[in-house]
Amino acid sequence: MQAEMSDVMRSSPRRDDAALPPPPAGEGWGEGVSTRDNTQEKRALSRIASSDAIRPPPQAGEVKTARGQMSRMLRAPLLLALALAATPAHAFIAYVSNEKSNTVSVIDTDSWTVTKTIKVGQRPRGIDFTRDGKFVMVAVGDDDTIQVIDAKTQSVVDSLPSGPDPELFAQDAAGKILYVANENDNTVTVIDLEKRARLGDIQVGVEPEGMTISPDGKTLINTSETTNMAHFIDTSSRQIVANVLVDARPRFAEFKHDSSEVWVSSEIGGTVSVIDPKKHEVIGKVTFEIPGLRKEAIQPVGIGMTKDDKTAFVALGPANRIAVVDVASRKVTKYLLVGQRVWHMAFTPDEKYLLTTNGVSNDVSVIDVAAQKVIKTIQVGELPWGITIAP
Amino acid sequence: MIRWLVGLIGWSLAATSALAADPVTIGVGYLGIAGTRSTLSLVEQPAENDGVAGARLAIEDNNTTGKFTGQRFTLEERRIREGEDAVQAATALAEKNGFIIADLPADALLKVADALRERGTLLFNAGAIDERLREADCRANVIHTAPTRAMLADALGQYLVWKKWSRWLLVVGSHDEDKLFADALRRTATRFGAKIVQERTFEDKGGARRTDSGVTQIQRQMPVFTQQAPAYDVLVAADESEVFGAYLPYRTWDPRPVAGSAGLVPRSWDASQDQWGAIQMQNRFIKLNARRMTALDMQAWTAVRMIGEATSRTNSGDVKKVTDFIKGPDFSVAAFKGTRLTLRDWNLQLRQPILLVDGRMVVSVSPQEGFLHQVSELDTLGYDRPESKCKLK
Repeated sequence: MQAEMSDVMRSSPRRDDAALPPPPAGEGWGEGVSTRDNTQEKRALSRIASSDAIRPPPQAGEVKTARGQMSRMLRAPLLLALALAATPAHAFIAYVSNEKSNTVSVIDTDSWTVTKTIKVGQRPRGIDFTRDGKFVMVAVGDDDTIQVIDAKTQSVVDSLPSGPDPELFAQDAAGKILYVANENDNTVTVIDLEKRARLGDIQVGVEPEGMTISPDGKTLINTSETTNMAHFIDTSSRQIVANVLVDARPRFAEFKHDSSEVWVSSEIGGTVSVIDPKKHEVIGKVTFEIPGLRKEAIQPVGIGMTKDDKTAFVALGPANRIAVVDVASRKVTKYLLVGQRVWHMAFTPDEKYLLTTNGVSNDVSVIDVAAQKVIKTIQVGELPWGITIAP
Repeated sequence: MIRWLVGLIGWSLAATSALAADPVTIGVGYLGIAGTRSTLSLVEQPAENDGVAGARLAIEDNNTTGKFTGQRFTLEERRIREGEDAVQAATALAEKNGFIIADLPADALLKVADALRERGTLLFNAGAIDERLREADCRANVIHTAPTRAMLADALGQYLVWKKWSRWLLVVGSHDEDKLFADALRRTATRFGAKIVQERTFEDKGGARRTDSGVTQIQRQMPVFTQQAPAYDVLVAADESEVFGAYLPYRTWDPRPVAGSAGLVPRSWDASQDQWGAIQMQNRFIKLNARRMTALDMQAWTAVRMIGEATSRTNSGDVKKVTDFIKGPDFSVAAFKGTRLTLRDWNLQLRQPILLVDGRMVVSVSPQEGFLHQVSELDTLGYDRPESKCKLK
């Protein structure tokens, strides 16, 4: 039902002369869900559709084609067997946190289907595998804790003593120490993962959110949404060593794999700041412009970077697009239309696919990384937010 | 020895740069009227610290950031008692504070603005919703974080039209501000294609807002007052003076929803707003003030945050520098409304989405779907640039 509705909403141009009022927008609530998201997309689509120069990829059509192929395959067992034989041997498992339905959807990247839905605590958002791949940690903000899911049994087995309202977290390279951003009390909590014990707190700016650790493990970056800074924290002394001012509402930070740059997305500012982690200076900015879309609709959040540090993908929230960015020139090369209100993303370990969580359309888009194309849409729970894929 | 010396020098250098100089102090004044107004509903009764409580939270938020930027924010509150001169109070407040958040009636605000113009003090109007302060009586040293009546009326009107409730029964109070709100609602109806099927005036005959006899009479009076109306979809009440609006819901002769000053109300903020990360701020507010956050609190919070945003961006506490940055093209502020808020450069009014609330929930947020604008959809609310009579001076 929801799938059909969102498909219709995404594909049909807006009619001003409609006899009935349009369906109520913004079925979602919670952080970041705007009642105007649907509007912006539909308007953008109708505007783009009216100009012959640029046409959006017929996403809903693609979904249907994919489904059609699937059912045809099921009707032809021989074809199915052939298809299975042709499938690469590596299937991965993705875990998606659904902020509204208080569940985690488990996706099999071979069949691209949801194989299990796990009930978790209230308002699950940040989600990540432990380094050994045995457990999945999910921050359930409204329960003030981080729950631990056993990847084997796919059920909640434990919880971690985070501070109030945990949202995003980062772990050190060894997978021993966890750093948690606690939005409610302006702190980053440090947790010993083995002992499940709280080691201490670090005072940061107002509403800490984005968290990442440098590849050498020496520097932790935390972004604070209302202070508008990236705080550089020395992981050995647990002291802030530098504060870098970025654009409004910084939500996510990502290191280049060669440690030369940190990218920080600013949701309200509409930019990604590129920071030199040695000099602690903003050395460049990625900006976005989408024809037919107002600037305010472009709200960068999640960032993913390929292992060769050549290509970055930036989720643009209610712009319903992923920007493909050339890392060297910091220029956008392409915009990929995904579902509505795209939040975060994760690569499959072979880097063939990139999965994005689309908050308002309740689905996950699958991007073929090499082809830079959206190839699939998978329905998950309500308001999907975070995503992690087994190493 | 040499190594020790080098180490010592290095250490002292590091220490100096870490501690920097003494923090720059940025003084913010809050100027309001003493006492509170009576409302019909007890739960709507404003607290003594309505407004300034929001400023106080923003001072805390700014100071958290200030720890990293070497800036310290202070708040000085001044309440004007009856018979006291607003200009005198404002001038005293401006001695130590380069920025003043004002919750004053329009006339008093204008006097203060003109008196402080030479001094260079920047005023933020957090309370007055009068159109004229942004139109004929606009001032170059007054920034408005409070929305205007036209913005509020348009926000409501867009939703009612979207809902296809386009036949309005307009009930207007007998006080001046009620009439001004009614003017704004009439303009909205004309702009968005709603029809006011009839207008009625509710005369304020005086009397107490709370009585021992209670609701018995009201239950009889309100149906009678609203009977024999032409066919209408929604009753729109203009009662800023809190005389009758809250008595209307569930008591109209015909079973119709009520909007405007009661029922579905347009506001810049509400205690129930929890979208776009607002829950964090609501929690911080409750923790600090032991009550929930009102629209006036939010308007004051936004003003102080605008100052904090500009001081951290300019890395300066200089009033002139900060004022220029706030009025400049690169300024925007995040205020938990899902979009960046910017200033209308022609009259210094803050663009903002308006919430439509029923006292328990946020029902919708305007601008509504389909109301388009070439610059910003937020400019579909209120007077737009081409209509403006403001000449900033």
